[in-house]
Formats: sequence, structure tokens, C-alpha cells
Amino acid sequence: MKGKMGIQHWLGFAVILVWCLLPVVWIISLSFKSEAETTSGSPQFLPKEPTLDNYREILKDSDFTHALINSFGISLIATFLSVVLATLAAYAIARLDFRGKKLVLSLALAIAMFPVVSLVGPLFDMWRTVHLFNTWPGLIIPYMSFTLPLAIWTLAAFFREIPWEMEQAAQVDGATSWQAFRKVIVPLAAPGVFTAAILTFFFAWNEFVLAISLTSTTDARTVPAQMSFFVGPDPFNPPYSQLATASVIVTIPVIVIVLLFQRRIVAGLTSGAVKG
Amino acid sequence: MSTDAAAADAVRTADSPAKRPHKSDRAVAENRLGMKLVAPAVILMLLVTAWPMLQALYLSLFRYRLTQPDDREAVGLQNYLTVLGDSLFWKDLWNTVLIMIVTVAVELVIGFAFAMVMHRIVFGRGVMRTSILIPYGIITVVSAFAWQFAFSLNNGFVNAWFSWLPWIDSDTNWFGDHWHSMFAIMASEIWKTTPFMSLLLLAGLAQVSEDMIEAAKVDGATWWQRLWKVILPNMRSAIMVAVLFRALDAFRIFDNIYVMTRGAQDTESMSFLTYRQVIEQFQLGMGSALSVLLFLMVLILATLIVKLFRVNLAQARGEG
Repeated sequence: MKGKMGIQHWLGFAVILVWCLLPVVWIISLSFKSEAETTSGSPQFLPKEPTLDNYREILKDSDFTHALINSFGISLIATFLSVVLATLAAYAIARLDFRGKKLVLSLALAIAMFPVVSLVGPLFDMWRTVHLFNTWPGLIIPYMSFTLPLAIWTLAAFFREIPWEMEQAAQVDGATSWQAFRKVIVPLAAPGVFTAAILTFFFAWNEFVLAISLTSTTDARTVPAQMSFFVGPDPFNPPYSQLATASVIVTIPVIVIVLLFQRRIVAGLTSGAVKG
Repeated sequence: MSTDAAAADAVRTADSPAKRPHKSDRAVAENRLGMKLVAPAVILMLLVTAWPMLQALYLSLFRYRLTQPDDREAVGLQNYLTVLGDSLFWKDLWNTVLIMIVTVAVELVIGFAFAMVMHRIVFGRGVMRTSILIPYGIITVVSAFAWQFAFSLNNGFVNAWFSWLPWIDSDTNWFGDHWHSMFAIMASEIWKTTPFMSLLLLAGLAQVSEDMIEAAKVDGATWWQRLWKVILPNMRSAIMVAVLFRALDAFRIFDNIYVMTRGAQDTESMSFLTYRQVIEQFQLGMGSALSVLLFLMVLILATLIVKLFRVNLAQARGEG
């Protein structure tokens, strides 16, 4: 059984590839169809005359480029801050004995399951009073609190696996405590921190409910929100090729991250998730 | 589940001073440092969830439209009675529950099949991992557009490719009626979230001992028996964690519906209804009542799943 792959496994392999990639290939194909082609109706999978016009157009569209900048800025800042706070918390959870540890983990879990839409009303109201409505911090703050649970759980699981004695061993061998931390602990902890950062970034990059509710102009509107406003007057006949082009552009960072760090992401998603 | 763990915690903290009446200075310092380190994260999480939730609870007792802020009037539980007496609420709740049950069930089956293949595969693991992570990482809005276009009447390939099926022909309008629309929404939801399910199941599968499967094989168990009697029972906690997370996620479905139908053809979900009351109609009082109800339903659902399947999350996440 081990080491050999039967025909059913090759078949399974092929099915999984098609299942996962077909819609992606489809949206890429659509982005190369000319606007004239989609307007007149074009049910075939591949474009008749592939064109780069959609890409040229959309990169000239200042609403879209603004949204792209907002998406990058908001997601990266939220990721950075969330991971910093989560690292502190996860270190305490993995290494220290303190009261309320379980309570913190339970709180994180409860928030991971929280219905985000429930907060739309009150946050809308609150953000308008404190002038956070339609600003970057107005999205960064809720993104941080919704990504903290995942980051804390992932990091705590990673930190528990670190052989912390090595720090003392290095000190016994004559390293200063800063050297011991820098040369021993940081390299061991970095992969976990990095994984948590990727998962956090994915969440912020993907978030939609708050992005459409707490913004009103291109000052803070992110790409998913901007795309949903692209639709035009008739929601059942949207500008297909342009939306497909925007989809492809916003998916590129995801594909790059997945290609570079697939191992880390899988480890992070399943870290200690399923023991016993 | 959180209350459960909190209760356990309360018990523990209640009896720990008895066990350790004289804490050393070191322990006190450690306790203090631990609390300091978690404080920023905890405060931030509470600030954005617990505080607005209390706000919603308060606002839900008023008739309050954002467009007429001076016309605010306390109405007691009237908003709740209005919501619960409205057939739209029950219709949307039914849609939400239906989507949750169907998508989670389908994902369990497909996800498990994927996990089995990935578990056995020897070559091309990297390729497989990469391709399965792409739907996971892709933006839900993009997934919704991709599927909406695939099902589109004028520009989609689904009708052309599957017209050999008796119930599909070249002019099947997927967004023309309730069931076709629901199908399209669920297709997008299932495509996007199956990878998450299959990765959790794969991790569970890796925990099942090969020796046990081999032993069952030697004893003459068929493939089917090995699956049901050996493999599945041994990865129970992985399955339960996957179901819990995905069920709660599916219950909050919003993005796919917003993009694909905007709630047309009676495809509204609970989240969509709440959003529409607050953001589109500025009914903050009524919307808050819906927010509170949605929160309570998620809480009940989580408790129900945990109790029903006895998911031990602490143990499952290696906390035990």
C-alpha cells in the first residue's frame, strides 16, 4: 500500500487538480476576453481573441488602484500589529503560569466564532462618533481583533514545541541572554510567527462585510468592497471581463504566497488542531 | 463551549489557592508578567466585540433610524417581537440552516475523499498542496464572481458543458429561480471552503496508526469495514473540530449571497438580513435586535455542536 500509487490515486490527483484550478483558469481566461466579446455573450471557455486591454484599462482606473493600495496597506498593518500582540500573548500562554490562561484561550475561540455582521450596526454607529468611519484605522482595529484568535492559537501551538531549555544551555555556554535569545530562540520561533502572519494576512485580504459597511469612499475601501460596487446598474449583467481582471489581480498575491509558503500554511492551519 | 471552558477555569482557579497557599515571589511575578503580556490582546478583542455587542443589546430596545436620530424612542422588546413575528425572518433562517447543513455535509464527503488521496499520494505532494491552498486563499468575493460567471446565461460555460444532463440545457437561467440560485451559491461556498476541511481531515488521518489498519486488514476486514470501524472512529476529534468550525462559518454566510444574488430569489441569509436592516435601511434599532438574535443563534449552535458531539476543543488542540 505504501510507496505505490494505484490508478485510483492518479485519478484522484487529477480530480483534485481540476476541482481546485478550473474556476481559477476560468477567471483568467475571462480576463483575456475583450469587452465586446462578453457584452455580446461568449459561452465558450477560452477567449476568441485574447487581449490585454482589460489589464491596461483597470490599471488606469484610479478607483481600483486606490482600492489596491488600501487593501495592501490595511492588510499589512493589521497583520503586523496583530502578530506582535499575538506573539506576546502566545508566549505567555505557552511559557508562563498565570491565572486566566484558559479564559484567554476560550475568549479567543469565542471571538473566532463571532458573527461579524452582528457588529456592523454598533461599529457603524461608534465609528461615526469617534471619526473612524471610512478610515484605515477604522478597518485595521476590527481586523486585528478578529485575527488575534487565530494568531494566538497558532503561535501558542508553535511556541509549545520550542525547546526553551536551549536558551539556558546557550547561556551556560557563555552567551549573554540577548545573544541566547537572538541566536537560539528567534530562529526557532520565526517560522511560527511567519505562519501566523500569513494566515492573518489572508483573513484581512479576504474580509468583506466590514469593508463594505465601514467605508464610503476610495479613502479606505478595499478591493473586495470596490469590486462589489463595480457591478453597475444591472446586477445580473455585470461588466464580466473587467471584474474577472480585477479578480485575477487581487488573486496574484495569494498565489505568490501559496507558492512560496505552502508547507508553512498547511502546518499553521493544522498546528495541534487535531491531536488525540 | 467558551462557557464550559470558563467554568472549568473557574473551578481550577478556585481551588488552586487552596493547594498553593503561599505563592513564591517568583510565581507572583510570573503571574503578573503573564497577565501583562496577554492584556493588550484581550483588551483589543473585547473592545471590538463585547463592547459593541452590549451597545447592540441597548440599541435593540429602541425604535431608532439613523436618518431620524431625534426620533429615538424606547420600545422595550417590541423590535424582537416584530422580528420573530415576521415570516421573512423565518424564511431567511431556514435558508441559512439549509445552506449550512448541505454545504458542510457535501464538504465532509469531498474533503474526506481529497484527504484520502493526499494521504496516499507519493509524487507531486507540493503541486497538490499548492493547488488545494489556492481556493483556501482566494477572496470569497472572487470565488463568488467566478461561479456567477460560470453559471451565467450569456457568458457561462456550465450550460454548454453540462447540457447533456436532463435538467440542464443551453438556456437554463441559474439566477432565475430560488433553487437554481441556491445551488449556485452553495457551489461557490463549497468550492472555496472544501480545502480547509480536507486539510483538517488530512491531519486527522495522519494520526490514525498504520499498524491498526494493517492489523484489521490481516484479520480480513474489507476496505469499507476498515473505513468505518478503524479509520473514522480514530479521527473523530479531527472530524468534529472541522465540522464545528465550518458549520459556524457557513451559518454566517454573507459574501457569496451579496455578490451572486443580493438576496434576490429569496436567497437571503441571516447575516444578509441583518446587514440590510442596518446599512441599507438605517434601521439601527431593528438591526440591533437582529444582531443580538444572530449572536445568540451562533452561541446556541456552537454549544449544541459541542454538547451533541462532545467535542473537547481543549484536548483537540493539545491543551488538555
